[in-house]
Amino acid sequence: MNERALRWARDYGVYVAVAVLLLFNVLFTPYFLDAANFRTQLVQVTPIVIVSLGMALVIGTQGIDLSVGSVMSLAAALVVLYLGYGALPALLAALVGGAVFGAAGGALVAYVGVQPIVATLALLVGVRGVANVLVPQLVEFRNPDLIALGSSAVLGVPVIVLIAAALTLVMTFLVRRTTFGRQVVAIGGNRAASELSGLPVKRVLLTVYVISGLLAALAGVLATARLQASDPTSLGLFMELSAITAVVVGGTPLTGGRIRVLSTVMGALLMQLLSATLIKHNLPQSWTQMVQAVIILAAVYATRERGTR
Amino acid sequence: MNSEKLSRTLQQHGAVMVLAVLVIVGSLAFDTFATAGNAASVLVSSSFLAIIAIGMTFVIISGGIDLSVGSLFVLGGVLAAYGSQYGLLVALVLPLAACGLVGLAQGLIIARTGMAPFIVTLAGLLGVRGLMLAISDEGATTYLVKDAAFASLGLTYPVFITIGLALAAMVLLQRTGFGQNVYAVGGNEQAAALMGVPVARTKVQVYLMSGLLAGLAGALNAARLSSGVTILGIGLELDAIAAVVIGGTLLTGGAGGITGTVAGVLLLGVIQSLINQVGNLTSSFQQVVSGAFLALVVVAQRLLSKAQRLN
Repeated sequence: MNERALRWARDYGVYVAVAVLLLFNVLFTPYFLDAANFRTQLVQVTPIVIVSLGMALVIGTQGIDLSVGSVMSLAAALVVLYLGYGALPALLAALVGGAVFGAAGGALVAYVGVQPIVATLALLVGVRGVANVLVPQLVEFRNPDLIALGSSAVLGVPVIVLIAAALTLVMTFLVRRTTFGRQVVAIGGNRAASELSGLPVKRVLLTVYVISGLLAALAGVLATARLQASDPTSLGLFMELSAITAVVVGGTPLTGGRIRVLSTVMGALLMQLLSATLIKHNLPQSWTQMVQAVIILAAVYATRERGTR
Repeated sequence: MNSEKLSRTLQQHGAVMVLAVLVIVGSLAFDTFATAGNAASVLVSSSFLAIIAIGMTFVIISGGIDLSVGSLFVLGGVLAAYGSQYGLLVALVLPLAACGLVGLAQGLIIARTGMAPFIVTLAGLLGVRGLMLAISDEGATTYLVKDAAFASLGLTYPVFITIGLALAAMVLLQRTGFGQNVYAVGGNEQAAALMGVPVARTKVQVYLMSGLLAGLAGALNAARLSSGVTILGIGLELDAIAAVVIGGTLLTGGAGGITGTVAGVLLLGVIQSLINQVGNLTSSFQQVVSGAFLALVVVAQRLLSKAQRLN
């Protein structure tokens, strides 16, 4: 394959793959176009999409955030603890919790100079522990506002899907049209040069991890609202891997300096659609994981930049 | 000059010192801590992680990372239990061959295509777990260990095998050309290539080794549990990385050693044991303490290496 074909595959491969899978399902999967099925798929992928948006931003700075799944579980715990005051205070508590631990990871990365993978690994281990200490077991709740957030719909589209769509738009705007977005990409492209040209590198890095923590916490609240139960022990397990996969399959290089927001969402949709397709055609879970592995490798092979790493 | 020496010593041997302090404090605070039974249980339960972390140390010193070890650990266990019906030899050769092959494949992809180790081994993590589920009928089939000789390997010898492997790894890393190559590749890949270090071959070797050791740890664990349990190994790669980092090996590559890693593994084990001693604390506290500890260690490491550069 020549350079141009590879670049085309990197930029549009994920769209083609989603289109092909959709077409296959429309033709061969019974009830696929059924509205209920469609809704289920979208609702299931929503937390991954929201977390992936933050992850794309972090990866754009040449970083990585392994703590997102644990932050989701912390959000689930905080929701339960503060639900007595109402749904909104519970949501705010969860977001504050996410922001605080996001800031902790960001501070380690930006101000202490710890590698992102280690800094957020410490959070991955510790934060789920905190969540489990706060709320040791699954708790069901009956708060009508929170349940409505998880299950209501506008014109047939679930609210949480609308939230994810709105966040995608905001993130696209943030990356493409704001100074902050340009600074993020610049730092990921060349940190030393960004420092020399006077960009507020440390502050931008800190902000990026705070945003990732906030989005993970929001995803945790939405998932909790949909389940009508808070489960800090298992909520968000492996979320970091799913989100990294979505970002990478969407063509954002791990080497930073480039963020593809819409393609990241497509990457998340692709993985969801893939596992749904295999399940609908009675192929076991083990197949899904093996096919996912191949897709990740293919995507990264296509997106790798020549001469780096 | 003196403070540079001090900070370097702290970075290399900090884990051993903290371990010593924790053991002393633990012995003074709890009657049940410094007993032979408790020591044996900490050592045995640490030995499987230690074997994996030894392989991880080589990978990380070479500047890479291996996320696939948790999945390889389970795959190794399932294959060992399955193979044990044909005797001790098959029970050992089957998991080592399969896990070695996966490590070799990952190493070849990383070395030949220049793809990020993080991603290649992430694909390995997913793919190998899928493979394990496929051969165990989606995790529903549990193979029991049939061979008595193999079972005794897991019951009596894991600690001795780990000590042997750790000593061998130390010699390999400090006294052989291969070890020098690993440090060179992790320190500065371009410079290593210019000096004629076989960069690609060294990378393939470290991932092969990591795969083999993860498979061996899985096999020994299956022997101890006398079955190939399919739900193990989740998050084990992170424990191994944490142990290596706590042990003073830098994730940027080029520096570190086996002693630190073993101390790091024992530290995690002792923390868990101490929390068990306290009694009314849940195991979640162990996660909190381990996470906080890891954060402290990396901050300390970072400050120490800054101090070294200032001097």
